[in-house]
Amino acid sequence: MLVAESSEFHSPGPADFEFPALFGEGTFFTKPMLVIVLGTIAVGAFFYFAARRATLVPGKLQFAAESFYGFVRNQVAMDAIGREGIKYVPYLVTLFAFLVALNISGIIPILQFPATSKIAIPLFLAVISWIIFNYVGIRRQGFGGYFKNMMFPPGIPKALYPLLAPLEFLSTVVFRPATLTLRLTFNMFAGHLVLLLTILGGEHLLTETQGLVGYAAGSVSLLFSIVLTFFEGFIQLLQAYVFTLLSAIYIGGALTHEH
Amino acid sequence: MMEGSLNMVGYGLAAIGPGVGIGLIFAAYINGVARQPEARSVLQGIAILGFALAEALAIIGIGLAFAL
Repeated sequence: MLVAESSEFHSPGPADFEFPALFGEGTFFTKPMLVIVLGTIAVGAFFYFAARRATLVPGKLQFAAESFYGFVRNQVAMDAIGREGIKYVPYLVTLFAFLVALNISGIIPILQFPATSKIAIPLFLAVISWIIFNYVGIRRQGFGGYFKNMMFPPGIPKALYPLLAPLEFLSTVVFRPATLTLRLTFNMFAGHLVLLLTILGGEHLLTETQGLVGYAAGSVSLLFSIVLTFFEGFIQLLQAYVFTLLSAIYIGGALTHEH
Repeated sequence: MMEGSLNMVGYGLAAIGPGVGIGLIFAAYINGVARQPEARSVLQGIAILGFALAEALAIIGIGLAFAL
């Protein structure tokens, strides 16, 4: 049995990431901005109320915030940077919390848009991480020493230096912030696209087509979209972790002399 | 009638490489944990780091598939 199409299905694409202004024509406030504002408020409120009446025996909220902080301190900062990592824990915790809030908004009902799929936000955060690890490295090793250790790491045959030096320089100065940005942006972009495809496609198959094949495919698609939503939540947490971990590794690499 | 961009076919082909790479990374991780379960916490960070680096290629691919 053929699936009879009664109306055209518009497959989701980059156009679905452009939103009109929320308060009518002429205003600038769009849905991604709303997600950012709500995410910032949520993160701020979470840590404010968790730390407001801190007690020796923590309550539920304080325990949640302390586990969050402890996870970043032990699993990210201490592992990737070492004992000096304690100085960078405030930045890493803020970064991780902000990213988790903005990523997870992609599967929160009503919001359902990961603000980090707009390239501006990951780019901005990657530039902050880039400034921090370069600043830390230059301050620790001196301007010349930082670039010398970066481009001419000891223990490599001299003949390889002409090949290695430009690659290492490009890798540190250009590719690190670029891949940080692109990885997060397009993970969220692709994830949102897949959710749109399974949900809108399933809805289209159920409502706009006749015949058993259309109903069966639509039901499977909608059921699958539920599974994918949970998978997407996992990916969003993982990508926030990866962004934070890589920032910490770059800071740790800039602090140590032997590359 | 189906409409679409041939870019997506290209992206599908391009994703084979990172797919194989990510599979190899997690195969090695599982092997390592099976041999030495106590090394799990150390291996986990390395595995996720390798996964993120290999995955970047696939992600750049999807970016270019939409951009070009």
